[in-house]
Amino acid sequence: MIPAPFDYVRADSVAEAIAALSADPDAKVLAGGHSLLPAMRLRVARPSTLVDIGRVPDLSYVREDGDAIAIGALTRHHDVANSEALQAGCPIVPYAAAQIGDPAVRHVGTIGGSVAHGDPAADLPTVLLALDATFVLSAAGGVTRSVAASSFFTGLFETALAPNEILTEIRVPKTSGGWSFLKFNRRAQDWALVGVAAIRSNGGVHVALTNMGLTPLRATGVEEAVAAGADLAAASARAADGTAPPDDAFGSAEYRRALVQVLVERSLKEAMG
Amino acid sequence: MTQISVTVNRTTHAADVEPRTLLVYFIREQLGLVGTNVGCDTSSCGTCTVHLDGEAVKSCTLLAVQADGREVTTIEGMAETGGPMHPLQDAFHRNHGLQCGYCTPGMIMAAASYLNENPSPTQEEVRESLEGNLCRCTGYQNIVASILDAAGQMATKG
Amino acid sequence: MATTEQYIGQPLLRKEDAKLLAGQGSFIDNQSMAGMVWMALVRPPYVHATIDSIDTAAAAAMPGVLAVFTAADLQGEWAGSLPMVWPITEDIKMPVHWPLTGDKIRFGGDAVAVVVADTRGQAEDAAEAVVVAATALPAVRDLEDAASDRSVVHEDLGTNNVVHWNHGGAGDQEVFTNAPVIVQERYTQPRLIPNAMETRGCLAYGSPAAGEFTLVSATQIPHIARVGHSLVTGIPQNKLRIIAPDVGGGFGSKLNVYAEESLALALARKLNRPVKWIETRSENYVATIHGRGTLHDCTLAGTEDGKILGMKFVELADMGAYYQLLTPGIPELGGWVYMGPYDIGSYWFEFTGVMTNATPTDAYRGAGRPEATFVVERLVDAFARRIGMDPTEVRRKNLHAPFDEATPFICGLSVDSGNYEPALDRAMELADYTQFRKEQATRRDSGDINQLGIGVCTYIEMCGLAPSSILGALRYVAGGWDGAEIECRPFGKVVVRTGTSPHGQGHETAWAQIVADGLGVTPDDVEVLHGDTSVSRIGMDTYGSRSVSVGGEAIRLAVEKVRAKARKIAAHELEVAEDDLDWTDGAFRVKGAPDKARTIPDIATSAWHAHSLPAGVEPMLEGTAVYDPPNFTWPGGTHICVVEVDTATGKTAIVRYVAVDDCGNVINPMIVDGQVHGGVAQGVAEALYEEAIYDELGNLASSNMTQYLVPSASEIPEMLLDRTVTPSTTNALGVKGIGEAGTIASPPAIVNAVIDAVSHLGVTSIDKPATPERVWRAIQDAKGGAA
Repeated sequence: MIPAPFDYVRADSVAEAIAALSADPDAKVLAGGHSLLPAMRLRVARPSTLVDIGRVPDLSYVREDGDAIAIGALTRHHDVANSEALQAGCPIVPYAAAQIGDPAVRHVGTIGGSVAHGDPAADLPTVLLALDATFVLSAAGGVTRSVAASSFFTGLFETALAPNEILTEIRVPKTSGGWSFLKFNRRAQDWALVGVAAIRSNGGVHVALTNMGLTPLRATGVEEAVAAGADLAAASARAADGTAPPDDAFGSAEYRRALVQVLVERSLKEAMG
Repeated sequence: MTQISVTVNRTTHAADVEPRTLLVYFIREQLGLVGTNVGCDTSSCGTCTVHLDGEAVKSCTLLAVQADGREVTTIEGMAETGGPMHPLQDAFHRNHGLQCGYCTPGMIMAAASYLNENPSPTQEEVRESLEGNLCRCTGYQNIVASILDAAGQMATKG
Repeated sequence: MATTEQYIGQPLLRKEDAKLLAGQGSFIDNQSMAGMVWMALVRPPYVHATIDSIDTAAAAAMPGVLAVFTAADLQGEWAGSLPMVWPITEDIKMPVHWPLTGDKIRFGGDAVAVVVADTRGQAEDAAEAVVVAATALPAVRDLEDAASDRSVVHEDLGTNNVVHWNHGGAGDQEVFTNAPVIVQERYTQPRLIPNAMETRGCLAYGSPAAGEFTLVSATQIPHIARVGHSLVTGIPQNKLRIIAPDVGGGFGSKLNVYAEESLALALARKLNRPVKWIETRSENYVATIHGRGTLHDCTLAGTEDGKILGMKFVELADMGAYYQLLTPGIPELGGWVYMGPYDIGSYWFEFTGVMTNATPTDAYRGAGRPEATFVVERLVDAFARRIGMDPTEVRRKNLHAPFDEATPFICGLSVDSGNYEPALDRAMELADYTQFRKEQATRRDSGDINQLGIGVCTYIEMCGLAPSSILGALRYVAGGWDGAEIECRPFGKVVVRTGTSPHGQGHETAWAQIVADGLGVTPDDVEVLHGDTSVSRIGMDTYGSRSVSVGGEAIRLAVEKVRAKARKIAAHELEVAEDDLDWTDGAFRVKGAPDKARTIPDIATSAWHAHSLPAGVEPMLEGTAVYDPPNFTWPGGTHICVVEVDTATGKTAIVRYVAVDDCGNVINPMIVDGQVHGGVAQGVAEALYEEAIYDELGNLASSNMTQYLVPSASEIPEMLLDRTVTPSTTNALGVKGIGEAGTIASPPAIVNAVIDAVSHLGVTSIDKPATPERVWRAIQDAKGGAA
């Protein structure tokens, strides 16, 4: 099918976009559109207005900024995956970006769109959660606020973004230690059935999980066990603690809980090895 | 209606479109370039792959308004009219890389974009690059062979 | 035929390719007409419900809408209901199937209304605006649940058990209770969605005043569809033209007479406008036929030393909510290959077809034979495990001895020719069978997380549908012949009209090879036309791996007729007797004076200007043949798959895939290999990825391409192919057919390999598709309870 009719607003600035969003409570932001347009074609999403931010200047970049790397929200997965700054300074991010969808999707889909969509099955939110990334949200009047990844993802397809805010930048710390990103899917183009991001940090490890609950989750049990000196197998046994994975025809919760333990153990070996 | 101007296969077209018009239907129905096919409604199959500013994209998952001011290349733009086939088209022919031919334009556009990024790929890399392009006839074996063959031909010709 | 074969057997590049590579295919969605309007169907979100009311007023008032019709509005349009042409038993129960349903919704694709509007988007918008009030009824999805008649899909039939077919068995049935080894297994096979890359679609137009109509449709069967849609719409066959343009794959899913095609014709007649419909992919998943959907109870009787005494199968087959064109015939089609390529003494097969609240099933690549081969080959492996014998040894011990004349098999039909062991040997060699067995033992000993498995399938299949007399005996209402017309134009070009209707199989090239050899011209001189009932008048279309062995043989016979006529003209012009001419090097030559010769282009020119033809010879050099095969053709072969299974996650990777097929003589080996590649890929999909999944309410959960896992090049392995050649005795070309072999042989080879990889852990069975979760669960269960 084709999408249901909607009004189209092309924003030339963040301010224009925010104004348009504020004018229509059923408006949606269009960045690359690779989460939104498929839903609109199936008519499970039918926003009354699309606010196209695709041409807002200066939102596509990767810049080093002290101990952090700042990524513009409109930076495409393809550009994230091929960013030399990220490959050198925070390699888990480009590695994971290269596994999103397929090459054509990565040529259009953006990091900001992926984060703002709030899909617990998506790859980058998990990685950003493990990294303790920070998201910069912009509101009217040039007001911005920073939200930690740990408090950004609030529910299934729900985030801390207010209706009149736009995600404009993602800030990740530079990392130097071991890391691992394991995406378990059946076809290369699929979303993860379960995914794991692990980042070694100050002797400990940060572990985050894809598709194990309504939001990307930190595997705090694993992190605590590693910090307490548990061996990797024992730590991994806690991978499913506190999770609430989907239980559906595409994967039972029981299987996902078992799978996440296997993947976390492999991931820890890669990151800590 | 929204006015857009899109350069398709080196010709610039100005047109009024309904905002909900998908790029693929703009190309097919307003410009009459029907070589780009549609195979699904979930961005899964890659049948509709075209180039946007030189890179493979799925034209069923872009609005025509998103292509305003940009350059699109479709299968019809791969060879000059009356001129020789593009090396990929030729390689698909020589290696029996197509059967029903429905996925073929998308496959060729995806492969052309990929070979721009990686001119001498391994078989495994070619297979990975096609993760978003489905074919039901060929089992991919001869598609992969065609792309590797074309890569060799294009490298030789420099 | 020709004294030299210059083109037959050669890997000629395809004549079809140029336009497809340029994006100039004539696919249905590329066709439009002045005044054309768009049709959209209203398919409410129920799988079983009584319709209380349908309010079309809001939809009818929407922009661009010409009309909205319900079943009641259109009842006067129909001369008959949608046809099912294979009433396989005398007492089969026949539900009526209208293009729109008026009383009840019986499956997710059951349309209750149709909208016609100026544009695609307006039609889709208006279809959404039709308000349907319905009362949900309990849905039946599970086959045994359906068979219990807890909830009946068609009340007027009184039961869901609509057909029971019994092969009748052969040989001593006592072996199934008193043999030294009895193996009993139960296998389920899920529904599969065919997923031709092009969905269905059609464009109907014509003249209501003249009563003449044309339907352009993405169909495999323009000739059969003409008969079918004439019966449904009442448009006489001589005023109904069906055109299959370039068709983007079929695999059986376009082997049907569909409601939407009849609706488009009826609306073109009613509205006097060209009416177009293009199916969306998500719509395709509920509205286009599915394949498979079976439950088999299986018994093998054997001896401790590996001899199979007999095999017995009792099947429940999912018909879906209605019959489509061939629905109940599909399990029966498998009913002739439950012996596999084995020489066994006892045979039993029966099945019950049950109605369920799901999309009708029908022919999907292989149609009955994959279902049969899967359970036979699983059962043979279970037997091998039971008696502790290598699966290749069990097979070798039971393969039928070679034969080169038609030979009766236990199923009751005669097999045209067969030599099965060489394919097994060659496949084992290509697969490094012995080496992989060693590697498997090493990994088992070391307790490696990644375990190797090797799976084998030795198969036979029945194709080349079909001798019309046998079809008649099986209560199929039509014949199995096919037609060919050859027209030699003056100065050397040849036009061929074939009754087959290719949609990727390369008939334009392969038929040109046959004609070129037979007439002493080049394939470039030959143009093969097809897919239009007004162009290729005589045809039975393309399905069931029939095209080369029936349609190709018809081409060869038409070539012979052309040559017979040409010989008369050549003899006349060369002033010799016909017997004094040899057909040598592409020309008729006078015996002893080979320079005195006439080529087909010479003779075609003479026959065209007709200035001096022999008495009694009509102008134009042409020949028509309609060929009815005396038997089916029976390909066979061996496929071997090596897999690596991650025992912690259950994920399977194919390490090696070998296919050695025997399809008789080969016209174009490049095309044959391509058919095997595609067939195996669909088998890999069936074995590891694809299944139609339903939720507890009976709704299709795998409702689009993100959830129904059609594999990509990243998932499909490179395949190693080879062939053995045992010419068919059914036709003079000696060809058998190759369109379905890959899909028939590969699922059991792959699933057997997955089970083999974890059998040392105690796993004896894994359902298809062998998903990571199913494999993981089987391992957990074998360990003694899930983790």
